[in-house]
Amino acid sequence: MLGYAGKFLEIDLSNSSFKNTTLPDEWLKEYIGGRALAAKILSDRLVHKWEKVDPLGPENLLFFMTGPFQGYFPGGRTCVTGKSPQSNGMVGSTVGGEFAVELRCAGYDGIIVSGKAEKPVYLFIKDSDVELRDAGKVWGKDCKQTDALLNRECRQLLDERYPHVGVWKQPAKLYIGPSGEHKVRPSAVIAKWTHAAGYGGYGAVMGSKNLKAVAVKGTGPLPEVAGIEKVKQMIDDVCKGCYGNVMWRRYGTGGGGYSFGADTSSEPVRNWQEEWHDQRSYGVDQFENKVWVKSAWSDFGCPTNCLKISCIRAGKYKGAISDNPDYELQAFLGPNLGLFTPEENVYLSSLIEDLGMCGIQGGSVLGFAAELYQRGILTKKDLDGLELKWGDADAFAVLAKKIANREGIGDILAEGVYRAAIKLGKIKNKDLLPFAITGKGISIGAHGIRSGMDFSREIGYTCSVQGGDHTSMTDIPIDGWGSEIWTIFNDSAVMCIFTSFSLTPTFRYEFYNALTGQTLTRKGWLNGGGMKTLEIQRALLLLGGPDLTWNPNADDDNPQRFYEPLPTGPCKGKAANRASVKEKVMQYYSQAGWDQNGVPTSETLTKLKLESVDESLKRLRK
Amino acid sequence: MGWNSEQDNNAIWISREFSKCSGCRKCEIACSLQKENKIWPEASRVRVFMLVPGAEFPHLCTQCEDYPCVGACPFKVLGVNKDTSAVTVDAEKCTGCGKCIDACPGKIPHIHPKTKKILICDLCGGDPKCAKVCQEGGWNCLKVVKRGDHEFKLYSRTPEETSKNLATKMYGERAEEFM
Repeated sequence: MLGYAGKFLEIDLSNSSFKNTTLPDEWLKEYIGGRALAAKILSDRLVHKWEKVDPLGPENLLFFMTGPFQGYFPGGRTCVTGKSPQSNGMVGSTVGGEFAVELRCAGYDGIIVSGKAEKPVYLFIKDSDVELRDAGKVWGKDCKQTDALLNRECRQLLDERYPHVGVWKQPAKLYIGPSGEHKVRPSAVIAKWTHAAGYGGYGAVMGSKNLKAVAVKGTGPLPEVAGIEKVKQMIDDVCKGCYGNVMWRRYGTGGGGYSFGADTSSEPVRNWQEEWHDQRSYGVDQFENKVWVKSAWSDFGCPTNCLKISCIRAGKYKGAISDNPDYELQAFLGPNLGLFTPEENVYLSSLIEDLGMCGIQGGSVLGFAAELYQRGILTKKDLDGLELKWGDADAFAVLAKKIANREGIGDILAEGVYRAAIKLGKIKNKDLLPFAITGKGISIGAHGIRSGMDFSREIGYTCSVQGGDHTSMTDIPIDGWGSEIWTIFNDSAVMCIFTSFSLTPTFRYEFYNALTGQTLTRKGWLNGGGMKTLEIQRALLLLGGPDLTWNPNADDDNPQRFYEPLPTGPCKGKAANRASVKEKVMQYYSQAGWDQNGVPTSETLTKLKLESVDESLKRLRK
Repeated sequence: MGWNSEQDNNAIWISREFSKCSGCRKCEIACSLQKENKIWPEASRVRVFMLVPGAEFPHLCTQCEDYPCVGACPFKVLGVNKDTSAVTVDAEKCTGCGKCIDACPGKIPHIHPKTKKILICDLCGGDPKCAKVCQEGGWNCLKVVKRGDHEFKLYSRTPEETSKNLATKMYGERAEEFM
């Protein structure tokens, strides 16, 4: 099919076998790629035994997916997914970088990994030459070291095997740090040191499979498209829109470090005990003037360059390197921990990324622990002598390393906030879930709902099939602006939304049609692949297991904290309203075709021809 | 052989300021679209190296005064365009032997992954598309200027040399461990 490389690479790590799989065009037309197509494959293969599949066991599938937009639509991203060790459902997580472009140039639309390697390996792909290589030398290394070592080894291999063609460029790489190796649930899949597929915990899945990294070099062109002239024109349109957006180009999401705290009161401060701070010194100008060493950093084809690079060049934290940090890491490794200086924030971001943890999930679990310490629930003794005070970057650094290496208290916190709350709650004989700011086991992104002034909506995190994921929230009406259906499209075509802000709502469907020669409309997606994917992901989330399952009546809700009034700031006193949330959740159920218990109905699933999903949900409906 | 700056004052050069490169690869995209009508990074005459994340830069022919590549070609396939100063390639005759790569101080030319012929920037006949897209985006890493008397050879460095310089500039002494 036009717009596609035409095959997927399947690898069984248990017996080191490879095969190429071609999917029916009908699947591609319906599910496009990335998140949606992975949901289809994952459900086809595992839904019948989903509850028994350990996300960190060899039977889980791990997907590295591209989509037809990759390489054409400005901004490189790759979708990483599988059964999530955080939600026990499926989370379509995306990461910036050139990986998807290289993979498509190598002739693959995606990689599906099953099994578990006997010892640490990495996957090296050069066009159709595919090899599993010993990762003994890189296992245990942090992400910056891993990137350098793999670059060296892979370029040397390219030189030896394919000589006399000139100097080889770097392959694109996805890798994990020590955190992923130790199956720490808040682990990310990392690219380019600082880019992360964080939500879902797929770094831990790679670790569970003994897969340290995937490196790929593709020397072919991108797959042929239906209308190259039209596509070229549309790329120009996207770029022109971005060039006009000075705010995003200059500051990226970094401006949020001040505005979401000071203006909209929706930033996590000390584990969401507050959502407001008036630390003007924390604004992006301080980052730009103090620590940025690069003010425009892009992934493939990106006109927005919302990324910047920070490096601490002197003082206590000398040598720390991170991107901006972006807003999420500014928040979670800043005010969320009572930290308000760029230097401390960059230091912790650099460390978290080196360890291969997700900045959101990792920062959240650090904040959770600090609140327990503040309340005397976790003691200095519990923390192996550590005094975990708000604002102490060094103490948080020590704890982050303990988590990544599963040492002492770190072993429990390595389970992520939700599971740690349950485990510690049992030890302390206390309900600790009120301090866990999560949705379906996934720590909520740095956009609170209490002030009502952010883009997050009051049911945004309650019914999302990706739990606390702030990039995949939902709202009513289900075909409205805030619907998750549109996010599913973005993660399936695999496109960056930070290059799309100036576009009309239909532009991306026209772009898809120009690439593939199809005639997809926004409505067609809503009623077809978009809705199907939503239902599949919902079913997988509800089936859950093996260690946790969700009860929609209790769990399709905000964390308790969001119902407590904001204690400070211009929005002091504001909180989410339980009655209103409940009412909207019930309306959402009805619009999504779910019954009163939040389970997709047989009628809904049959109409969408999702019979195998319906069959599996019978186990829940009993 | 060679190019005489007296001959044509309209000749151009692509000036480069590597620390301004965002790593967007729009130059690769523009080059391959221009030459292949495809997006094909490995067939682009300008290639963005990222041996160290953040230290990206475009690697492209700088048209040295003495054109060592031209002299090194055993089959007289390479020449110099008198109007633009660009290296010319007689693709029909190119055997892809790679002697020009060896002769280039920056190891800039590379072999087309499909045709197996050498790829060297031809300045798009005087209207380079790479510099155009870089300027459109305001990065100003690549810019068309009059050829004049630049120290062309200073820009013919291997990717390793340039990466190390840029990484040191950004990350200080840590650069060493990333190379």
